[in-house]
Amino acid sequence: MRYAETGFNLEIDLTRGNIERVETDPRDTELYLGGLGTNAKILWDRVPPEVEPFSPENLLIFSAGLLCGTPATGCNRTIVSTISPQTELMAFSMMGGFWAPELKYAGYDKVIFRGKSPNLVYLWINNDKVEIRDASHLQGKGAIETAELIQDELNEPKAQVAAIGLAGENRIYYASIEQGRSSASRLGVGAVMGDKGIKAIAVRGTKDINVAEPAEFIELCNEVLEYIKFRNENPIPGVMTILKGLGSPQEMATHDEKWHTENFMWGNARVRRRDFWNEEIAKEWKETMESMQTRLISCYNCPMKCGATITPTGQPTYMMKCFSKLTYTMAAMSDLEFGFKIAGLAQEYGVDGYSTPQVMAFALELYENGILTDDDFPGMPSDNEGRFYWLLDRIVRREGIGDVLANGTYWAAQQIGKGAEEYAHNTIKKHEQLPLKLSMLNPVYFLMYSTGEKINITQIEGQFPQAPYPKREHREAFVKDWFQVPDEKFKQYFLDWEPRGENSNPYYPTVQMSCDIVDWQERMHYIDDALGMCSGLSSFPLKPPYHMHNYPKFISAGAGIEMDEDKLTQAAKRYRTLVRAINIRRGMRRKDEKPPEDHWKKRFPELEKELLDTYYKLKGWNNDGIPTKESLHELGLDYVSEDFVERGILSDDEGTLSEETSTETEKK
Amino acid sequence: MGEKKTKIVKTIKIDADLCNGCRACEVICSAFHATPKYSSNNPARSRIRVIRDPLRDVYVPVYAGEYTASECMGRDKYVIDGKEYDECAFCRASCPSRDLFKEPDSGLPLKCDMCEDDPPQEEPLCVQWCITDALTYEEREEEVEEEVEQEEMEIGLEALADKFGLDKIMDTVARMSMKD
Ligand code: SF4
Ligand code: SF4
Ligand code: SF4
Repeated sequence: MRYAETGFNLEIDLTRGNIERVETDPRDTELYLGGLGTNAKILWDRVPPEVEPFSPENLLIFSAGLLCGTPATGCNRTIVSTISPQTELMAFSMMGGFWAPELKYAGYDKVIFRGKSPNLVYLWINNDKVEIRDASHLQGKGAIETAELIQDELNEPKAQVAAIGLAGENRIYYASIEQGRSSASRLGVGAVMGDKGIKAIAVRGTKDINVAEPAEFIELCNEVLEYIKFRNENPIPGVMTILKGLGSPQEMATHDEKWHTENFMWGNARVRRRDFWNEEIAKEWKETMESMQTRLISCYNCPMKCGATITPTGQPTYMMKCFSKLTYTMAAMSDLEFGFKIAGLAQEYGVDGYSTPQVMAFALELYENGILTDDDFPGMPSDNEGRFYWLLDRIVRREGIGDVLANGTYWAAQQIGKGAEEYAHNTIKKHEQLPLKLSMLNPVYFLMYSTGEKINITQIEGQFPQAPYPKREHREAFVKDWFQVPDEKFKQYFLDWEPRGENSNPYYPTVQMSCDIVDWQERMHYIDDALGMCSGLSSFPLKPPYHMHNYPKFISAGAGIEMDEDKLTQAAKRYRTLVRAINIRRGMRRKDEKPPEDHWKKRFPELEKELLDTYYKLKGWNNDGIPTKESLHELGLDYVSEDFVERGILSDDEGTLSEETSTETEKK
Repeated sequence: MGEKKTKIVKTIKIDADLCNGCRACEVICSAFHATPKYSSNNPARSRIRVIRDPLRDVYVPVYAGEYTASECMGRDKYVIDGKEYDECAFCRASCPSRDLFKEPDSGLPLKCDMCEDDPPQEEPLCVQWCITDALTYEEREEEVEEEVEQEEMEIGLEALADKFGLDKIMDTVARMSMKD
């Protein structure tokens, strides 16, 4: 029997309309765990680097994590993987909500799409019955609206539906996949879904998910719940409100936005408004929030309620979470009411709440600077908010200038030319980033921005405090019950970190420490993404309930795979390296690994070089960021180095095993 | 008048305003009632179901009540905030008219047993796992009259007789008293 996972994938060939239920190899689960890990293996095996994002040969994979559907609190992530139209690299966007557990109960771990459907369809998975159904009547419908229409026509209110809106259908490079309370919105996964002609996937399942060691497993779950209760009652002192507790940043429960509004940039990630927040605004925004919000809501099997239902005046209700609360507001230099209104529309269209506002602000900046002119904006209203509505509409329909903007700031700037590139200043690997511009280089963040392949800072940071505590006694208090650290040395790193003086940024944490910290932080995210765990209970917050010490036990008791900390570290390293290998094979190199030029005012080229060199070494990559033969061999990824040699990415003698290492490997 | 007797009334108080729709209660109920305990889970086997319609702010945890051999004479249909709900959507019964509160494979009826399985639980599991306190547990003592209980028993027996036939019940009672 398979535990935690179902052991079956659905393979859907859209071109031929063929559906297959395929048993998976349990050895892959041991090596790559599940979710992101096994997705990466499939993409490596089946999508060669020549395949374009919008080619029928590109795959679109919806995967539940290994532990989704078990009673492990907060384990509900769907990991969507494909090749991104925006970065042309591997995309792995995640969504919470209810979809992944339902897929498990229906009897599948993944749905893998290949080919293209000649007309718009949706997939209906009802336990063993799986059918491709016509969706022509849903064309142009909103993502949330589509979900309701499908539930109604199937007469299955309990079906969970993931759908795209108009933006996905029109292949907007930053189109999202929406699922009621949650969305997979980064890297254009919705565009690939639209390109394949899939409007939605509805799923309903009523089967069991088994765990290997029931008593041990439930004990672990109860410990996690107890610790969540403890953390809810004991917020962490000395950090800003949204970092005190667990969950995704509790933006829906937070009224005080002084920190975000005064530290993040407004407009096209340019304007800092240091004295923005005042009593009047606080009052006004609170009123907006209270009048539009009905309830705080959770994802499947999680008490944290990080989302909310929002009903803007005169508009339908939708569900919102996290920071999309402020992205539109700040890009348009407007207020919360506008933010809530346009975000509702944007969600029906199905676009990413990070990239979209930035693209629109970018367009208006080009307009103000004469790079785009009136001819590009025929009929655009003159008021600022009206312009944002107008632009959103053009973009999702790919009309006029909208057709250019629909490809994101990087590609739009290339197409527009005339110096527009200067204005697409906030991307990494061609993808829009959070609007943060700071003063002093932070070595840990430098590494995360540069090398992260999930392309979003929130998907690699966490665990380690973002800034030092001013007083040593507070740092001592912090480390006292910090049992989540994988190694005691991290406590010392933090204890000695000062806001000023010798032990402060950029030279402290030291290069080696920075590498260790980033490696730990990233590892936890990769583990979450294989298990299907919400990062809000694990890799993102300080002192989370899931960590390096209980995860191996969860995997052993849940999936019946013998696991310890070393083995888990090794597995995570294996599929993390595989993700890199996919991207290396698609052309990514060291030159692409850098934060936006203007991210920090004070830069230190030599230090940055040393950071990257050292980090690459730690990761087992050569100076160009390419995994070495040695490290690939150690991870059991010889098939990758063979491919690299064949393609001339690594030369035959490069990184050949030295005598020493090979005897060492033999000893093991 | 019959004799006075005290009995313990167990109540799960449902504060729908505090429900966030997470369905943790369904998860743990189905896991607790798996054999062996916690060896599997499947919300479709849970004895509590959360009727959840976030866009209309409907969050109603419903507990599986009695099994009924025959469906109601009439049906009820709720319209809330402009949306029509399934017929009998908010009913607690395990009833032939629908598949709610039945084992998905065998179709056997499910009923909330307040987790009175052994070992006895401090609190029903769904309450323990609802840490947002939408579900809370109360016990109170109540004086009841013997006769009333008998009446209740009769209703219960009638239902059993409907389901299994009177003969089978007599057999079972006989067998049970032999065990004692
Ligand atoms: S912590 Fe928040 S985002 Fe994460 S699973 Fe729970 S409710 Fe969802
Ligand atoms: S566990 Fe509580 S909050 Fe969650 S769905 Fe059940 S009743 Fe609602
Ligand atoms: S009290 Fe026990 S049996 Fe009843 S619904 Fe709750 S968990 Fe299930």
